[in-house]
Order: sequence, then C-alpha cells, then structure tokens
Amino acid sequence: MEPRISRDQVAHVAKLARLALAEDELDVLAGELAAVLDYAADVAALDTAAVPPTAHPLPLANVLRADEVRPSLDPAVVLAMAPDAAEGRFRVPRILGGA
Amino acid sequence: MADERAGTSGAVGPGGTDGGTGAAGLHAGAVGIAQAVRRGELRAQDVLEEHLAVVEAREPALHCFLALDVERARASAAALDEAVARGEAVGALAGVPVVLKDNLCVPGLPATCGSRILEGWVPPYEATVAARLRKAGALLVGKTNLDEFAMGSSTEHSAFGATANPHDPERVPGGSSGGSAAAVAAGMAPIGLGSDTGGSIRQPAALCGVVGVKPTYGLVSRYGLIAFASSLDQIGPLTATVADAALALEVIAGADPADSTCLDRPAPVLGPVLGRGVEGLRVGVVGDLVEGADREVAAAVAAAADRLAGAGAKVDEVAIPACRYGLPAYYLLAPAEASSNLARYDGVRYGLRVEGEDVAAMNAATRAAGFGREVRRRIMLGTFALSAGYYDAYYGQAQRVRTLMIQAFADAYQRFDVLLGATTPGVAFHQGEKLADPLSMYLSDVFTVPSNLTGQPALSVPFGTGESGLPVGVQVLAPALGEEVLFQVGSSLEAMAPRGGADGAAGQGTGQEAGGAAGQGTGGR
Repeated sequence: MEPRISRDQVAHVAKLARLALAEDELDVLAGELAAVLDYAADVAALDTAAVPPTAHPLPLANVLRADEVRPSLDPAVVLAMAPDAAEGRFRVPRILGGA
Repeated sequence: MADERAGTSGAVGPGGTDGGTGAAGLHAGAVGIAQAVRRGELRAQDVLEEHLAVVEAREPALHCFLALDVERARASAAALDEAVARGEAVGALAGVPVVLKDNLCVPGLPATCGSRILEGWVPPYEATVAARLRKAGALLVGKTNLDEFAMGSSTEHSAFGATANPHDPERVPGGSSGGSAAAVAAGMAPIGLGSDTGGSIRQPAALCGVVGVKPTYGLVSRYGLIAFASSLDQIGPLTATVADAALALEVIAGADPADSTCLDRPAPVLGPVLGRGVEGLRVGVVGDLVEGADREVAAAVAAAADRLAGAGAKVDEVAIPACRYGLPAYYLLAPAEASSNLARYDGVRYGLRVEGEDVAAMNAATRAAGFGREVRRRIMLGTFALSAGYYDAYYGQAQRVRTLMIQAFADAYQRFDVLLGATTPGVAFHQGEKLADPLSMYLSDVFTVPSNLTGQPALSVPFGTGESGLPVGVQVLAPALGEEVLFQVGSSLEAMAPRGGADGAAGQGTGQEAGGAAGQGTGGR
C-alpha cells in the first residue's frame, strides 16, 4: 500500500511550517507521520456527511469593550527581551530582495 | 512550635490522616493550612520552610522544578504573618505553598514551556490564575517541569531534562504536567497547577497518586497560559486531596475580562458538596473508557463502581462507542491548532534566534533549532492536516468526529449524572519506554481526550495501588459545568479508596524517607 504521506510531501510541509529540518529527520518523520495517519484512517473513513463540524466547545461570541486608552506593556521592557531591536522596533534580517 | 502543631490536628481536610504528631503544615493539606494560618495557629513562614525542606531533600532526585522563587515566597509568608498578627483578613489560601507549571506566566520568573525556543524570556505580565492564587495568600514556590509546550505524556520531552516519579524514580511521572504532579506527590506543595489539553493534568495525577481536575472548558481564565491547542486547553489543580482541589478551583475559576473564551459566570462553590455521599446518584461505567486497560487498572474501576453502588449510587454500564474515535481525532485537531499557535515563535520578538540570510531562513533555522523533536513532529502533523488537499479528510473530518463525541456524551448524560472510567491504560511506565514510538506515547491519553473534545469536566482520583505497588487513578466525568456533582463523587471515591497502598499524597515510603531526610521526624502516617 502506498504510504499516506511521501517524503516529498514531508519536505513540502516542513517548508510550509518554516522548519529547516535535516534530511535524515525528513525520512524519520515520513514514517512517523504515516503511522499516525494510519491510526487516524478510521476517522478519515467515517461517513459524516450529515454531521456539522465543531471548531470549539463553546458557542463563542465576539466580546467588545469600550474603545478607550489603557496602559499597555512598556515597550522598553518588551524590546529588551527581543533577539534584536533598534529604534524602538524589532529588528529582522532583510525581507525583500538585496540592497 | 508545639502549640502551633497541636493547632493543626483538628484542621485536616478529607483524606488527611494526620494524627497530630507530624510537622505543622506538611500533612494538613491546603484546607488545613489556610484555616490554621488564618486563625493564627500556624505561621505561614513555618509552613513554607517545612515544604522548602522537602524540596531541598527530594528535588535533586526528582527534578520537579525549572525555577524556584524562594526569596519572594519567604517575603510573602512574612508579610502574611504580619497581616495575621495585625488582625487583618487574609485569603482562602493563606500560607499555602503552590507550584505552577512552567507554561504559566509570572513576572520576574522565566517561562520556558520546557523549550529552548523561549529560554531566557521573562514574561512582563501575570497569568490570571497566578494573580488569583497570590491574592488569596498562596505562596509560589516555583515553576514546574513539563513536556515541551505541554506536548507529551511523560515529561521526558522537556528540553531541560525529565522528572522522576516520586513513587519510583525509574518511572515517569506522566505528563505533560509531570513536574506539578511529582511535586505535589512528594509533599513539596499541597497545590500545583497544570494545564490539560488531552489529559495533561489527569494522566500525571493518576501516575503520581494525586488528585487532578480538568474543569469545564472556559471555567478558568487562560490569560497568561502559553497556548498549545486553544479549543482544548484548560487550567486546573493537582492536589493531595479532593478538598484541596475544590478550594484551589474556587480560587482560580470565574469570569475574566482578559480572556474572551472564559465563561461569564462566577466560580463554583464546592465545599458543601464534599462528603455529601452518592445516594441515588446515577453512575454510568463507560466500558469504552476501560477497554484495553491493564488488569490492575480495570480492577480499580470495577472496585470503585462496586463501592459507589454499595454507598447507594445507581450504577449501570453504558457504551459510548464514539470514544474509539476520540484519540485519532484529537491527534489531528490538537497538532493542527498547535501548528497555528506556535507560528509565533519565529525568532523576532522573544527567545531564541538563529541567524539566516533572509527572514524566512532565519525563521526556519530558529524553529528547527529551538523546538524539540516532539514539538517539530506535532507541528508537521498539524500543518499537514491543515494543508490544501488534506484539510477536509483530516482536520475537517476530526471536527465532525468532535460533534459526534459531543452528541454521544449528551445522550449518556440523559441517563446518568456522572460517568466513571479509567484515567490511564496503565500505571506509571519506565523512563524511555515509550520514547521511540510516538504512537505508543499518544495512547497514554486514550481515556482522557474525550473530555477535552467535549469541553466537559473530569477528575482523576487515586484509588489504591495495583499489583505493581504503584498508584492507580480512576476517572469521573460530568456534563459541562457539572463541577458540583464531579467533586461530590470524587470526594466519595477518595473516602472509599483502598487504604494501605499509595494512600494519601505524600507517597508512602518515599515520603517517609523525605521526612527523615528533611528532619521532619516520625511523621503522622
């Protein structure tokens, strides 16, 4: 039987998940994820056409509060724990193409 | 001191067996300690020092803590004693040492979640449950070990080393709230808080021989709890006794404007239901929540059912076949939600950063280095279950199974007030035993995940020891917001549990060794 997830799919999922995984871990994960998906095969095969999905155990409603200014976290305290910060902001490597 | 000790002898919660000869606070439990401290019969500072002595004696072998907060606890205890001396009113947990799982935020202490990716981060805000404990007079001893991001059933997935089971250090304490469970079982604090996404309070409670409660989803604010799977996570207590769990839940539960998923209702009042008995209550023994359990566990559930019947409950068997889909559905839903929640650990705002040539490479390198193997596995599983082409077959299907589960339990509660089953398939397993096979570890949660999927409350209470000599827990389940009947039955089971094994919370044998090592003398047990 064809495995439920191929190694190429695992590599693609790692990219989606922003995980730079080593080649050998991709191999291991392919087997481990396939085992869990096999275990879940009964769920995937259930006829649930008439069953609505449940995303959350409570009937959630938006909670609104008055639009008024409140104290927030001190930016200096928050930025002090960032890996890199400058000019009151988080600093990251370049996002768009090179300079 | 002598007077203070004598003062505790009458102030012991249900399940306590203190004969009055032990140390002042160690065997009184939270209920007894708070009462005696409020009356000025016991000093918070003495209670704290006794528990710290246990920590000192046993922590090197058990590794329950990721951080201790001794100096602040001592200062709080001193301030509390002064307040009592001045005649001021003090809170419901006055002088009670507590420990918090290290996915709960407390300013001034790191919150690691057992992960390298958050190492060094100190939260600038306080979890609502931590604030409520503090305002009630509890003394925070420290933050406890856990499986990384609460993903695991043995605490072996902590990036900072495993925790040992106080009943047998070769064995796991369960997880993911294993540090809190082991600390309470060892007598380091009468109350620990944990979080339960698929059983992470109840399973370690069962394996360590303590009481563990997963409250109704939304009953306890999760503000300041680092998220794992937001539609499943709930905070709850691990304690030596059911009365202590009731007291802790009364303090931490109730509406919170900082958490929009917290129910807008007051905390339950549970004291009056303790010891009320089970006469006339309809108890359903769920075969599907025992099937496949080891013989010693199944025997404990059968014995519990017999004793409830003997006490006047109407006990009958009930089948909930949908339970068989609970675990596979959970292991699609929880990783899916986790993969989304854990997207925030990107090396930008806090914790670890591993440099890369652009921001995407930095993100991916940071996450691969900072997350441990189990967390990477779950993120991968969840990302796959949510990915284009597979969403309907896996995530969507699991959500529909969740609906079936809710309907099946609603049907059962038409006929029964509470349900009874096993908490875990077996007693505490050996360190390393399930590490190589993730699925075998996941199966530890098979009896606990249904309550998370339905959002309903459940409790694990110790029910003697099995053939192995290790503690066995039985699980009581109740409908949403059924905390009163849950604790009513839990306290009855506690009172009727077999004696002579892992009776009480300090841990027989091991607890006495600790008492001796800590200079606590003969002990009352």
